[in-house]
Amino acid sequence: MSTTVEHAGAHGYRWWISDAWEMALRNLKHIQRTPDLLMYALIQPVMFIVLFRYVLGGAIDVPGGDYSQFLLPGIFVQMVLFGSVAGTAVGVADDMGRGIMDRFRSMPVSRSAVLVGRTLSEIARNLVAVVVMIAAGLLVGFRFDGDPLPMTAAFALLLAFGYAFSWLAALIGMAVSGAEAAQAGGTVWLFPFTFISSTFVPVSSMPGWLQAYAEHSPVTVLVDTLRAWFGGHDAGSSAWQSLAWTVGVLAVCAPAAVARYRGKSA
Amino acid sequence: MADAIVVDALRKDYGDVRALDGLSLTVAEGSVLGLLGPNGAGKTTAVRILATLLRPDAGTVEVCGIDALRSPQRVRPLIGLTGQYAAVDEKLTGFENLRMLGRLFRLGRTQARQRADELLEGFGLAEAAGRPVRTYSGGMRRRLDLAASLIARPRVVFLDEPTTGLDPRSRAAIWRITEDLVAEGTTVLLTTQYLEEADRLAEAVAVIDQGRVIARGTPDELKNRVGGERVEIGLTDPGDAERAQRAVRAVTAGAPCSYDGEGRLVVQVAGGASLMPELMREFDTAGVAVADLAVRRPTLDDVFLSLTGRPSPAPGQDTRKEQEEREAPPPDRVAAATGGRADGR
Ligand SMILES: Nc1ncnc2c1ncn2[C@@H]1O[C@H](COP(=O)(O)OP(=O)(O)O)[C@@H](O)[C@H]1O
Ligand SMILES: [Mg+2]
Repeated sequence: MSTTVEHAGAHGYRWWISDAWEMALRNLKHIQRTPDLLMYALIQPVMFIVLFRYVLGGAIDVPGGDYSQFLLPGIFVQMVLFGSVAGTAVGVADDMGRGIMDRFRSMPVSRSAVLVGRTLSEIARNLVAVVVMIAAGLLVGFRFDGDPLPMTAAFALLLAFGYAFSWLAALIGMAVSGAEAAQAGGTVWLFPFTFISSTFVPVSSMPGWLQAYAEHSPVTVLVDTLRAWFGGHDAGSSAWQSLAWTVGVLAVCAPAAVARYRGKSA
Repeated sequence: MADAIVVDALRKDYGDVRALDGLSLTVAEGSVLGLLGPNGAGKTTAVRILATLLRPDAGTVEVCGIDALRSPQRVRPLIGLTGQYAAVDEKLTGFENLRMLGRLFRLGRTQARQRADELLEGFGLAEAAGRPVRTYSGGMRRRLDLAASLIARPRVVFLDEPTTGLDPRSRAAIWRITEDLVAEGTTVLLTTQYLEEADRLAEAVAVIDQGRVIARGTPDELKNRVGGERVEIGLTDPGDAERAQRAVRAVTAGAPCSYDGEGRLVVQVAGGASLMPELMREFDTAGVAVADLAVRRPTLDDVFLSLTGRPSPAPGQDTRKEQEEREAPPPDRVAAATGGRADGR
């Protein structure tokens, strides 16, 4: 045949980056071409902010007394988790049921690059959601009182945390039977996961047995970190704990997801 | 000539279902093998194993001299796969699909664009290149899918039922593309449920049933084994069956004739079409009223019946395929119907 295909070999890493980039590009186009899904991802945080701030907020006592100030960091974390998990789980599950995955698998494409490209591109969706939440937060009276550096670190940590959980979502996406199942089953656990934490109410208001878990929930440590850094306080050990959770979830789920993805083929 | 594909004693179980049961076959380099079998015979399973998507429970697979089970990553750059269902991205345009796949096949940036344009042009998709695949017809999708599997000019191409569910024009287009491919020296393994398709494209045919090869040879050898065409006669009154069978015997000099007990006769005879006028006259004289009369080429069903003595399994389970088949009848039916009879099989 006229063209023989130059194979990866010594320049493997260059092709790995190229593969991941192509996958990310594909997913970004999907996000862009499904505006209804993107709208949903943006309306949901705004809805939560408004509901909690005005409907429930009056009945919730928080330290400092200002519920907006308490609520927003929690909403950030919850919505980034929902965004990462729903986006990746549904996307992966959807791909699994389609011939296109078979095509990728029968090609000399790096297996890990397929998932890396997808999860990385989900960050874009979260970035848009974060911008919308910042705007909505400012409108309901949230103040960013911290120094630029910790506040930047807070957003970076938030996105990294969401990124780590998108690998867990990739595992879910491969385990369930299809996109609908991923949509429903993939995100339902996020309700207890995010509610049993300091997201909406102080952990001290919960019954003792629940506090034991809630105090150490990965959501709590991240929300507390964000609250401290946006408010201009010291986050203490929460910051390290959030980072540890991020790295831990990533270190466990990413290899597991890649292995599972490989295992689904020869 | 070396063999591009060598498969030996493949076994694959899905739970209790034995999908492949000692499947062995070889395909010479630059030739086309038609893997002919009914729904559920194990065709897709075999193709998926060959395309490194699935591991068998036992057996060996060699593609272009490479052990595909031990070194799947060395086989992948050499093969192209067009699955039973179009494997393209619905939300991307035709061009975006091919460009992306070109890059994933390690073509350079410009090369990937050029190859995408070239294939879209060659497959009659240039005008639709900028439209999302979602808006394509079934035939366009299948052509794009085929184009996608040819991006890297693979040495071996697997086509899994490439024309099932397609309209005659799209089918003809796929056939032409396949023939061009073979003319360029590509090795093709084609699965099909249509004897006519294997006849048209393949120089060798392997008939598979329940995961094993039950016959192999050239399409002509296969057709000879089944013995000519089929004349199907539908009687207006099943009570005429006796007289009708006598009339058939008189005209065909004892060709095999079967009666289903409900007014349908099937005569197996070479040159069936030329016997039609005489047959009609004979029925007239005998006072047999005929509702419809059709000549058709032997189909996979006939091959199957004569090889195994039982009818080919009814299409079942796979609802998606049934749907496709409803949209377009199998091409085997070259009917010279007098009464017009709309019937799949
Ligand atoms: N993923 C699967 N799980 C269980 N059974 C399967 C699976 N895939 C195929 N089979 C079974 O294996 C047999 C062969 O299937 P297949 O290779 O798809 O046949 P064909 O492509 O010839 O129609 C069938 O009985 C089918 O029901
Ligand atoms: Mg099949």
